[in-house]
Amino acid sequence: MRRLLFILPVLVFVGIVVYFATPLLRGIDPSVIPSPLIDKPVPAFALPPLPGYPKGLSSADLKGQVQIVNIFASWCVPCRAEAPALMALKKMNIPIQGIDQKDKPADALEYLKELGDPYVSIGADLDRKVSIDWGAYGAPETFIVDANGRIRFKQAAPITQDDIDNTIVPLINRLRTEK
Amino acid sequence: MRAVFAAIAVTLALAGAARAVEPDEMLKDPQQEARAEAIGRQLRCPVCKTESIEESDADFTKDLRKLVREQVAAGKTDAQVLDYMHSRYGDFILLRPPFKPSTWLLWLAPAILLLFGGIFAFFMTRRRPATAEPEPLTAAEKAAVEALK
Repeated sequence: MRRLLFILPVLVFVGIVVYFATPLLRGIDPSVIPSPLIDKPVPAFALPPLPGYPKGLSSADLKGQVQIVNIFASWCVPCRAEAPALMALKKMNIPIQGIDQKDKPADALEYLKELGDPYVSIGADLDRKVSIDWGAYGAPETFIVDANGRIRFKQAAPITQDDIDNTIVPLINRLRTEK
Repeated sequence: MRAVFAAIAVTLALAGAARAVEPDEMLKDPQQEARAEAIGRQLRCPVCKTESIEESDADFTKDLRKLVREQVAAGKTDAQVLDYMHSRYGDFILLRPPFKPSTWLLWLAPAILLLFGGIFAFFMTRRRPATAEPEPLTAAEKAAVEALK
């Protein structure tokens, strides 16, 4: 009994180490906020187009097929890093819809000219309200929306080729077979 | 000395009231502004994590503050405004998260630690009485003491 009491602090310590080491080793990023919108329908919204574009983006555009929704901005540095990955997805015939978050439209046009335009349509979210409806807390943020218009996946970090190969494409393929 | 303490107290009081709200963001009605601030103080900044949205300088958070004030001005109740944020950002956004299985540990940890500490302290103090009766001297010791006299 006495001896057990001496081991107790060690056991408590081991418990604490396991508790903190598990998320660390599994690569869970504590700065990522879990979204309550997963498996929920996309928020209702209608955004105007950027100048010179025929149409903006609304929630009605997000039904009928599996699509990616990407929140970006010309002021967002990691968005630039992500741009080639989005162009790669476009080449794979995966439709990407864009929400341009709190941007000056002229800057957004310049950005798209420089880095390429991977988007089917872009909605200009000038006051950030629609981004907030999507539970965004920065840019870039990427969502996968299924054919019924439900949000099935969210990544609040730039997409890499690794994400495309191991997460995005497998999930999209699975959602495409869902009915 | 008293002046120094007063200065420290004033500094701490002001530090507690740190605000990032700029004058042009504030609502004209001071009562509504006070309500908006009280709501904002319950909302955690999703960008900076450790501050409320009233304290954060982030551009993003400024827009959250604006939304809170718009809704207060539109006559929404405190609960409606908090719900609006909670439905978008989840429990994370609430600086006082709800009591449910995933937050049990968070809420109960202080009580559990106090309980364990209390049990530990109880046994530690009871096991060793502070004033133990000293052992009587042995015959040899008594002789030694006598020899010193």
